[in-house]
Amino acid sequence: MQGSTADQNQADITYAATIETSEHHSEHPDLRLFGFIVFLVSESMLFLGLFVAYFAFRVVTPDWPPEGTDELELLLPGINTIILISSSFVIHRADTAIKKSGDVKAARLWFVITIAMGATFLAGQLYEYNHLGFGLTTNLFASTFYLLTGFHGLHVFVGLLLMSAVLWRSRVPGHYSETNHFGIEATEVYWHFVDVIWIILFLILYIL
Amino acid sequence: MTEAQAHHLDEVEVTPWREYFSFSTDHKVIGIQYLVTSFVFYLIGGLLAELVRTELATPASDFVSRETYNELFTMHATIMIFLWIIPTLTGGFGNFLVPLMIGARDMAFPKLNAIAFWIIPPTSILLLLSFFVGPASAGWTSYPPLSLMTNKAGEAIWILGVILLGTSSIMAGLNFLVTILKMRIPSMTLNDMPLFCWAMLATSALQLIATPVLSGAMVLLGFDLLVGTNFFNPAGGGDPIVYQHMFWFYSHPAVYIMILPAFGLISEILPVHARKPIFGYQAIAYSSIAISFLGLIVWAHHMFTSGTPDWLRMFFMIATMVIAVPTGIKVFSWVATVWGGKLHLCSAMLFGMAFVSMFVVGGLSGVMVASVPFDIHVHDTYFVVAHLHYVLFGGSVFGIYAGLYQWFPKMTGRMLNEFWGKVHFAMTFVGFNICFLPMHVLGLQGMNRRIAEYDPKFAALNVVCTIGSYLLAVSTVPFMVNAVWSWIAGPKANSNPWKGLTLEWTVPSPPPVENFEEDPVLVIGPYDYGTPKALDVVAATLAPPPPALVGEGSE
Ligand code: HEM
Ligand SMILES: [Cu+2]
Repeated sequence: MQGSTADQNQADITYAATIETSEHHSEHPDLRLFGFIVFLVSESMLFLGLFVAYFAFRVVTPDWPPEGTDELELLLPGINTIILISSSFVIHRADTAIKKSGDVKAARLWFVITIAMGATFLAGQLYEYNHLGFGLTTNLFASTFYLLTGFHGLHVFVGLLLMSAVLWRSRVPGHYSETNHFGIEATEVYWHFVDVIWIILFLILYIL
Repeated sequence: MTEAQAHHLDEVEVTPWREYFSFSTDHKVIGIQYLVTSFVFYLIGGLLAELVRTELATPASDFVSRETYNELFTMHATIMIFLWIIPTLTGGFGNFLVPLMIGARDMAFPKLNAIAFWIIPPTSILLLLSFFVGPASAGWTSYPPLSLMTNKAGEAIWILGVILLGTSSIMAGLNFLVTILKMRIPSMTLNDMPLFCWAMLATSALQLIATPVLSGAMVLLGFDLLVGTNFFNPAGGGDPIVYQHMFWFYSHPAVYIMILPAFGLISEILPVHARKPIFGYQAIAYSSIAISFLGLIVWAHHMFTSGTPDWLRMFFMIATMVIAVPTGIKVFSWVATVWGGKLHLCSAMLFGMAFVSMFVVGGLSGVMVASVPFDIHVHDTYFVVAHLHYVLFGGSVFGIYAGLYQWFPKMTGRMLNEFWGKVHFAMTFVGFNICFLPMHVLGLQGMNRRIAEYDPKFAALNVVCTIGSYLLAVSTVPFMVNAVWSWIAGPKANSNPWKGLTLEWTVPSPPPVENFEEDPVLVIGPYDYGTPKALDVVAATLAPPPPALVGEGSE
């Protein structure tokens, strides 16, 4: 819209020449999910940087793990991996429930189960930490192990917080519905992301 | 209609000054918050630089101690990069201009935008407070193991500061990317966008992809510093070279974060004042994208003397030289835009043309240091300092000044004084060259950077540099007086003082809240100067609104 400070001595061509007004202005579109996914792309660069650093450290260290440091056990992390991967399927049911039929109750239930599985994963990880023969500063191998798994664990923890927040908000009837479910969807996407990161971590830390 | 809309139809409403000190979500307010805040840090960083230059006026370290000298240049670079150039170009100009240029009412995520800005003031104060405990002193590159051995508290604050500022930068980049991709008016395809928006698109991709890796490096460095791990400490089996790779994986793209938006500003300014269509719109647009891709794979040119194996140096040497191609494409396009034009040599245009010429000097010295055999001789000498100041001062800072002269009327509704603008330009241009040109020679003769003392044979040229730096310091005075005086009492600006064709010139100066009453529809390309249609369109932006529209909606 033109203001009255405009230079008045200009030719009197109509205002509409520049701005042929369209009917209405569009509503601010809902770009939250798109934005969130872009954010996760950025976040994955953080992990990628740490993964590459891990390989670099591994290459420059003569023995990996160094002599005297125990090899990592596979059983517990293996079970943990299965739990975390399964939880991705569980949380997807919540998403389906809300999108197909707006069933908040079912979505809440699937979220509770996912939280329980995520918490089990974290508990398992803490148990593993407590039973390892090395600490954070023992050597480069130990430091990278704790840093990578700890950083991922932090993300799992944030995921638990997100899910709890969704649960808390969903107590208000109508907060989430068939058409309005950003919180549920974003949490699900985040959870899959955390899951994929774990699979990569598991492969490079325990298997390779 | 809403109250806000009724406002537009009265006098141009003025955003109350309190708004600028609040958690505003208006992109224009946030843009100006960024600009003013970072200008303050420009002055602080400049003060540190003058202290550095004063120390270097004589070969001995007689003005400050060696330790203090290290702290000064470390904080100088940190402040100039993270608190002046990056926030000004992305947060400041990006915020103010991008939504206006694409016909949007605001950024995609206004609240995130405000948070990104408000991270900066507390973080910067924290960084300044580190002067009380002894600030970081291992250079802005903070290479371990040196950074693990000096001023522990200051280094910890530095690491935290960089992580926080990086987070702010990621948030801003996210916002720009989504805004540019999703918030354009329907009639504007990507190829109708003003070139500044292309530049911001390329920049935001770099912010999103490169910055997290810096955060990763900072986390590891922080653990080494505070917890006692040995990721980067060779004494404990770690590898400092990994830090260098992670740091430069961010910091080379960061130099493009610091120059691409300035490229964009210049691409807007030159055609307006040359009254000619831009030469090679698509070439300039796509070369920004090319630079942003290539910028991600050249980082190890900073590490030619870090024991990088030959085959790797070869790769990075060639990749770096390839990047000069899209950069050169831009320079040729700008020259061709100006060529044969009827130049309007206002302050913005003077700074714009100075940008092109000075940037070429920095680009050429860049290609020189990109070649391994040459770099082995000049690495860590004043030749590199000369290079980086020609691109960062002659480039980024001249670009910022050009942008400030160009859009000050739009931002404040007042015109700057042209005479004092030209005085400012002349002093800056001359001071800059006196200060930095001799550094090429000093570097070639072997004067090392980052050391408080030097061989007395370099004394004469160092005095010249120091004098130039004082002239630069003084040159900011006419600018600041001009800006403050004009903001308060300068002549009122109309909506289109330079007769531009991009959308920000179709709204009043300063633009109203929410920018556009209705979604604008494009009727002309951003640079179609010299056509009869352009005359009509410009005239229309200057015409008073038709009476029919004035009546409607007012209270
Ligand atoms: C034609 C394009 C360019 C090329 C080929 C180039 C090449 C290089 C190379 C090889 C170095 C390392 C020199 C050394 O440490 O021995 C360097 C340093 C540097 N360049 Fe550039 N550069 C270019 C453009 C830029 C731009 C546009 C900027 C910023 C706006 C920039 C900022 C810097 C900075 C800050 C350093 C020094 C970093 C430090 O060690 O503190 N360069 N450049
Ligand atoms: Cu570089």
